[in-house]
Amino acid sequence: MGKVMVVTSGKGGVGKTTSSASLGAALAQEGQKVVVIDFDVGLRNLDLVMGAERRVVFDLVNVVQGDAKLPQALIRDKRVETLYLLPASQTRDKDALTEEGVGRVIDELRESFDWIICDSPAGIEKGATLAMRFADLAVVVTNPEVSSVRDSDRIIGMLDSKTRLAESGERLEKQLLLTRYDPARAARGEMMKVEDVLEILAIPLLGIVAESPDVLTASNVGCPVTLHNPGSPAARAYRDAARRLLGETIAMDEPQERRGFISRLFGRRAAA
Amino acid sequence: MPAQLYPGAKAPAASRSTPDTDSDGLSLPKLRVRGRSVMALVIAPEPPFTNWFAALDEQMRRSASFFADRPVVVDLGAVVESIGREAIPVALDGLEERGLRVIGTEGVGSSMLAGTRWARLPTSLHGRDVAQTPRADPPGAVPAPSLLVDRPVRSGQSVVFEDGDIIVVGAVASGAEVIAGGSVHVYGALRGRALAGLKTGAGARIFCRRLEAELVGVDQLYRTAEHWGPGLHGRAVQIHCDRGALQLSALD
Repeated sequence: MGKVMVVTSGKGGVGKTTSSASLGAALAQEGQKVVVIDFDVGLRNLDLVMGAERRVVFDLVNVVQGDAKLPQALIRDKRVETLYLLPASQTRDKDALTEEGVGRVIDELRESFDWIICDSPAGIEKGATLAMRFADLAVVVTNPEVSSVRDSDRIIGMLDSKTRLAESGERLEKQLLLTRYDPARAARGEMMKVEDVLEILAIPLLGIVAESPDVLTASNVGCPVTLHNPGSPAARAYRDAARRLLGETIAMDEPQERRGFISRLFGRRAAA
Repeated sequence: MPAQLYPGAKAPAASRSTPDTDSDGLSLPKLRVRGRSVMALVIAPEPPFTNWFAALDEQMRRSASFFADRPVVVDLGAVVESIGREAIPVALDGLEERGLRVIGTEGVGSSMLAGTRWARLPTSLHGRDVAQTPRADPPGAVPAPSLLVDRPVRSGQSVVFEDGDIIVVGAVASGAEVIAGGSVHVYGALRGRALAGLKTGAGARIFCRRLEAELVGVDQLYRTAEHWGPGLHGRAVQIHCDRGALQLSALD
């Protein structure tokens, strides 16, 4: 039976879709069979980030409403063969999804996949609640800034009350993925520090992804960063997070301030 | 239900200061008499007795300790007036059956009791009336007077408990609120809103281990974060009403 993992945040633009694609790809690269579902009906993005926008025929809404069969809608990634995408519909809205239909699709996916990753839309409305509804665990994507942290806190409250696991009295496992972290700005006090965010949200840390142009580039070319630029710090951070999800213990290294060539040269000369 | 304070309800304690000696009249012990006031309950049975005793049973069930070991004075005025003297033993027997300790009567003359087994009861006890309301039994029999929340209160969540105190083990997030009939205790950072004293009024307080709140209020008084200086920010603080104004003071 596969695990259902929701990637959520409350706030938009913090990196949910990028993280869903990157974690999905990293898990698939570890040999897991993974499907990533785009729940952002009406504003679909995941197909672009995963480079599958020209292969979409059927989508989640078609499957939920019974107009298409699941295998017809699943898109297999061309780079990692155990990675699949279930795209959202761009022409419909979130009301096209029903809880019963989504539950049926997820149950069917559980049979044949190791990981079902639900890429949640922003907000706390129907799309977001349906994305988290059937989750076994949650990855809360947060930027180190107050608005994002407060929205994440709100989402954690919903994960603890509105999911099926929570309603049956069990506790949903929640982990924090801190993205767009800028060590230099954090050091100058312009951004929240890792420990401040952890103190407020009080959930375990899954990983820290530093702000990096590599991530943006990878999104623009439609390839998860773990595939596009495996040596980059962001790819390493996602790969470590994926391996932590698989139960490995990997030391957490907080991104350090990277000093430019000139300042390094300068620093060395000053020290000499 | 009125209660009566009167002196000497319990037999005055008589004691001897010296042990018994020969009864030759030479060394009779000195007698000491003390006075004592006790609180007695005054109840007035009313016909029809079936209904009145049913109401009494219900009252006793709800607050058993209210009557326990309390001396009872029975006001028989209404009984005699509406039924007659023959109803007196019925009323008194009914009370005794329920375990009430009848020590006297009012509203009837001693002649009315003559010939019954209650004839020896005093009919005029002096005292003054004090208002007395039966209260439900204190903790133990009633549900818990406080609500324990042993996880953080997240943004957007609202914890409301009107019957008593709220105790939060963890933080109250920005955008969350905790509203209590009594006091609010937060063993963590208070970043959202806390309102205390919905029921208990100005006596309620708010305690938190770290004050970073957006708004605090006790009994209709409230303050937002901009009303207290940075001096208290991040410190352990209690908030209470003092002569109509909200006071915030550091605990450490």
